[in-house]
Amino acid sequence: MTALEVHNVHTYYGHIHALKGISITVDEGEIVTLIGGNGAGKSTTLKTISGLLRPREGYVKLYGEDLIDYAAHEIVSKGVVQVPEGRQVFARLTVHENLEMGAFSRPAGAGIRADIEKVFTLFPRLKERQKQVAGTLSGGEQQMLAMGRALMAKPKILLLDEPSMGLAPVLVDSIFDTIKQLHKEGTTILLVEQNARMALQVANRGYVIQTGEVILSDTADRLRENQTVQKAYLGVS
Amino acid sequence: MSTSRATRKSTMPQWLKVALQIGLVGGVVVVIIALEGMIQAFNTRDIIGSVVAMSQALLLIVFLGTAYIAIIRSKLTDFRRLLVVAVVVGLVSSALLVALILLGQVLDLGNVFINATPALYDLLTFKLGLAAGSIVLLVVGGVSGAAAAIIHALPTRWRRSVIWGLVAVFAFGLLRDLIVTTFGGLTFLTGLLFLPNGLSVPGAITLFVIFVALDYFWSQRGAQIRSGIGARKPVRSSLLIGGIIVLLLLPQILGLYFSEVLDNVGLYLLMGLGLNIVVGFAGLLDLGYVAFFAIGAYTVGVLTSPDFGHASILTSWWFALPFGVIAAFLAGTILGIPVLKMRGDYLAIVTLGFGEIIRLLALSDFLKPFIGGAQGVNDILKPTIGPIQISNPPEFYYLILAGCLLVAFVAIRVKDSRLGRAWMAMREDEDVAQAMGINLVTTKLMAFALGASFGGLSGAIFGSKLTSIYPQSFNFFVSINVLSLIIIGGMGSIPGVVVGAIALVGLPEMLREFSDYRYLFYGLALVVMMLTRPEGLVPAATVKRELHEEEPQPETLGEAATAMPK
Repeated sequence: MTALEVHNVHTYYGHIHALKGISITVDEGEIVTLIGGNGAGKSTTLKTISGLLRPREGYVKLYGEDLIDYAAHEIVSKGVVQVPEGRQVFARLTVHENLEMGAFSRPAGAGIRADIEKVFTLFPRLKERQKQVAGTLSGGEQQMLAMGRALMAKPKILLLDEPSMGLAPVLVDSIFDTIKQLHKEGTTILLVEQNARMALQVANRGYVIQTGEVILSDTADRLRENQTVQKAYLGVS
Repeated sequence: MSTSRATRKSTMPQWLKVALQIGLVGGVVVVIIALEGMIQAFNTRDIIGSVVAMSQALLLIVFLGTAYIAIIRSKLTDFRRLLVVAVVVGLVSSALLVALILLGQVLDLGNVFINATPALYDLLTFKLGLAAGSIVLLVVGGVSGAAAAIIHALPTRWRRSVIWGLVAVFAFGLLRDLIVTTFGGLTFLTGLLFLPNGLSVPGAITLFVIFVALDYFWSQRGAQIRSGIGARKPVRSSLLIGGIIVLLLLPQILGLYFSEVLDNVGLYLLMGLGLNIVVGFAGLLDLGYVAFFAIGAYTVGVLTSPDFGHASILTSWWFALPFGVIAAFLAGTILGIPVLKMRGDYLAIVTLGFGEIIRLLALSDFLKPFIGGAQGVNDILKPTIGPIQISNPPEFYYLILAGCLLVAFVAIRVKDSRLGRAWMAMREDEDVAQAMGINLVTTKLMAFALGASFGGLSGAIFGSKLTSIYPQSFNFFVSINVLSLIIIGGMGSIPGVVVGAIALVGLPEMLREFSDYRYLFYGLALVVMMLTRPEGLVPAATVKRELHEEEPQPETLGEAATAMPK
């Protein structure tokens, strides 16, 4: 079943034509990755999906429902939840408070405590540090917190924006393990990554975008074998 | 060149350099104090009757403070050398003052500095004549330095107690009038401690001893007592009830003048609680908050004044009050809409402009037929409760107190509500807040509107208290005062606003000599606060956490350092 459908989306920054007709689908329970270089339009695509930017043409549908009419905060409560780029946690709040804040779009009380426990089983490190101020966590822990906080919103689809950015290789591995774990539990994920090698290892399918257009789309396995991808993004010569 | 500088450096030890530098800074400070005219202005109030005037106390504080800073900066542990450093600082500071006096004998400084008069030199030399007075001044400087060194050399626990004792003596002397009025019934006690001007000498000594002992006792047993109070509910609730009774009795005890002071504190407290929502909770810097105060006052004024060629539109202040609050609420929303996308500096500038626009509208001839222009609005109705009219300061005190309690209650409740959470998220990071599903538009507008309505309430009471309002009453400095009291109290902290209002509005009104230097002290207080305690006097939990995360314990470190064998 198609969870998210992005169809022929054109997005502009003023006069700059940033997305030139992007179409993507993500099926329920799937991990789909968007790979591409700097300025290709990956983050713009995510922003268009989450309602922070409005497309001039095309539509975004979640389980068949058009999201175009909804404001950004309403799209969150519809179940499209983004983990922002650069591990943006609420630095002055504690880990626990950050997680509570993640449940903001949900009605109060409805199993929030149980969900926090769920996040803690997924990220035991966060449980150890639940009283600690988020700004003092390490980079990897902050990324875990940002993901945990997004899960608190009960996403129907989770948008991950460059989760490996600026992390040490060991931590990148553990973040991707977590992504696999989430996948196993049935979370639908749209993963935007510059680290194409890692992204294509965990994803089911992938899209390669360049200057605002999808230039390739295939299963992750086949993209890994594709010569263009190997040359441009995997560093294989 | 370079070699000579190097040799000079080696001949002058680091500690002496520090002492000279800081001594010079202290000297400049006391010279500025003298030339600003504070010596003459503060000479009329005695801290200890006929012995230490406030002006002299001010000089002493500077001498002591600079010597203390030099002691800490010099990082020495040897007491004798510390003593030298401190005395040098005191001597250099006072020498600069002596230099000013001597210069004043030769040149007529009064042409440039209007306060540099023979009267000033007389006061600075303790009216002992030039030579003797200058020597005494130098001795005072040196002895103050030595005193600072001795205080520093005390064991940590005693040091704190002695500093508290000194602060207490200063505060009691400064607030003599207030204390004597409050405890007027206990004449035998006040007679013992106080003279008609300031403390008596035995009184000062008694107070010093009492406060040193109290602080010492508290440092031994305080934690125990505090946990005892915290644990026992009846104690806490009886404290609360006691506090409320004191609040209710205050105007009866303090009389007319201090009731007036309390009224002003209360009006600023109302505004502070409102602006605290905008700045403290939601993190939106608003420099034009006075606009809402003005809108509340003008709405109630225009509706109840017979100034505009017809009888008052409304016959009771109470009917007009909701209009004042709602008008401010709407004005807050209207201001909020254009600034939705603005942050930081840009927001501050737009709100600043908004405040000025409202004031200029009130002043304009264009609106004169409706809101009175420069002549303002007169004969504003006073509130009545049944047959009683609220008219004098003690009566207004109860109205303002009720307003403050109501507004504080709303502020406390809203802080922990869903809206309060959304403000907190928005203050921390707007983009992430949006990603959490927070509607930035309504969240921001609610902050502006709710904050504004508190200001409107304050204005409504203010207008009817004065019965006349003029555009000049609503200038930019009101906004600055309110913002300063929030910053000093602690942004986002409700008890902080209370403390800030008392410190910035109450204290200066009680010390009338300060009035000319009010903004000087505001500025000084803000600078000192930002350097030493940027989170405010009573900080909110999140801010405190950020600024004091895993700090080393300086006191224990200090003890460890002194305990180290040489």
